Amino acid sequence: MERELTCIVCPLGCTLSVTLENGTVTRVTGNTCPKGKRYAETECINPMRTVTSTVRCTDGSMVAVKTQGTIPKEKMAECMNLINSVIAPLPIQVGDVIIGEVFGTKIVATQNRG
Amino acid sequence: MTELVIIGGGPAGMSAAVAAYDSGIRDILILERDASLGGILQQCIHNGFGLHKFGEELTGPEYAWRYEVQVKKRNIPVKLNTMVLDITEDKVITATNSEDGVFQIQAKAIILAMGCRERAKGALNIAGSRPAGIYSAGTAQKFVNIKGYMPGKNVVILGSGDIGLIMARRMTLEGAKVHAVCELMPYSGGLARNIEQCLNDFDIPLKLSHTVVEIHGRERVEGVTIAQVDENRKPIPETREYIPCDTLLLSVGLIPENELSKSAGVALSGITSGAMVDQDRQTSVEGIFSCGNVLHVHDLVDFVSEEAEIAGKSAAAYIRGEGGEPVCVQLKTDGKIRYTVPQKITRAKDVTVYFRVADVYKNVKVCVMREDEIVYTKKRPKVAPGEMESIVLKKELFDGAEELNFVLEEA
Repeated sequence: MERELTCIVCPLGCTLSVTLENGTVTRVTGNTCPKGKRYAETECINPMRTVTSTVRCTDGSMVAVKTQGTIPKEKMAECMNLINSVIAPLPIQVGDVIIGEVFGTKIVATQNRG
Repeated sequence: MTELVIIGGGPAGMSAAVAAYDSGIRDILILERDASLGGILQQCIHNGFGLHKFGEELTGPEYAWRYEVQVKKRNIPVKLNTMVLDITEDKVITATNSEDGVFQIQAKAIILAMGCRERAKGALNIAGSRPAGIYSAGTAQKFVNIKGYMPGKNVVILGSGDIGLIMARRMTLEGAKVHAVCELMPYSGGLARNIEQCLNDFDIPLKLSHTVVEIHGRERVEGVTIAQVDENRKPIPETREYIPCDTLLLSVGLIPENELSKSAGVALSGITSGAMVDQDRQTSVEGIFSCGNVLHVHDLVDFVSEEAEIAGKSAAAYIRGEGGEPVCVQLKTDGKIRYTVPQKITRAKDVTVYFRVADVYKNVKVCVMREDEIVYTKKRPKVAPGEMESIVLKKELFDGAEELNFVLEEA
């Protein structure tokens, strides 16, 4: 089976052509770098995404956060529910862990607050 | 007298300050309108920044923080909550804040780094009254990401620039339903990766060659009528379609914010709406430099930082009275290439020239002509208005030249 993808690893946005045989990726073309090939392989088997959002702090302000690694794409909505269920105590530094375990990674702050 | 005053503490201002400091200038002051450094990056909480500059994917606030740390390490003075009111040709800056009142600074050199603002609804000629629920995408971004408010639940977005695409995803993740993104042009102005991860991931339709022709509702937006447009971008009446919604976001372009540049007498380009500059990013007023989105709108912050470094280093050289072998070469374009930055070369050195094309062209070559002679070519499989291009011109090319023409030809 042939599949066409747009690589989301960097702003170049290469168009990737992927050949799939019995659920495994056998060939990737169109990529400019090795990251594109890796992206195509995971995207066809188990697509992963970084989620960025905000968490309310104890003083009512918002702090920007992200998943430190990537999470399965279909878990994004669930991840958002978790992010929106917490209130972060101040002070917060860039890199502080806001939620310890979310689908195999962490939610960390990307901004300073307090 | 302050040696170097930088107007704006966003990515351009911070990078310029750090570069000037590292070139030996110690008497620097950054003036910033907001309560913190970072500029627009503070509300750009998505990732994808810094791949060129830091080799990793950062969010906007993280990218800003990297530079803020560098500014702090060097103890470069910053005045926050400070609004610059006027700049004169003699480099006298009038500014105000609640601590100092109205005050003036005489600068030896100035770097303009005020950024850009969004085109607003007034620029679009859409029929309808003025109900609540119409926001520029950046305003909505500030509401959601900084204030923590959702501007609406059922959203239509006009314009497929990156901010519009990013906001489509952001509003969806926060529980809103984005019904469509309409784009007047037959192609999107946003990055391919953003169409993939912001629209396709959430099954949000991208309607190319479509525009909003009417906004419905008196107190609050109740819906919009969209229509397909023909090749002259005129709406086709038979294709009118009503979409009920409570919010319309506009992502219809950015305009460099050059009111202060004008007051200083800086000559502006009618195409970029930014200053006309030389390879050092020096404007038509000696000692006033310009960089970042106030000079021309960039796709990536990494390029803003790079450009600001040039301005910072050049301002330092200007303050020290250094120069080089003077030349005077105008860079002209053929229209398919809309503009170049810089627009002229005043010193003989290797120069990276950035440019943008007017339309999507496939299998082309970029030619630089000196009179009838092609002195440089570069093949490109595809160029698009949304993606800034660059080439490096060797200093020998400027020897005795008056004009170099940038032309796009079929490969």
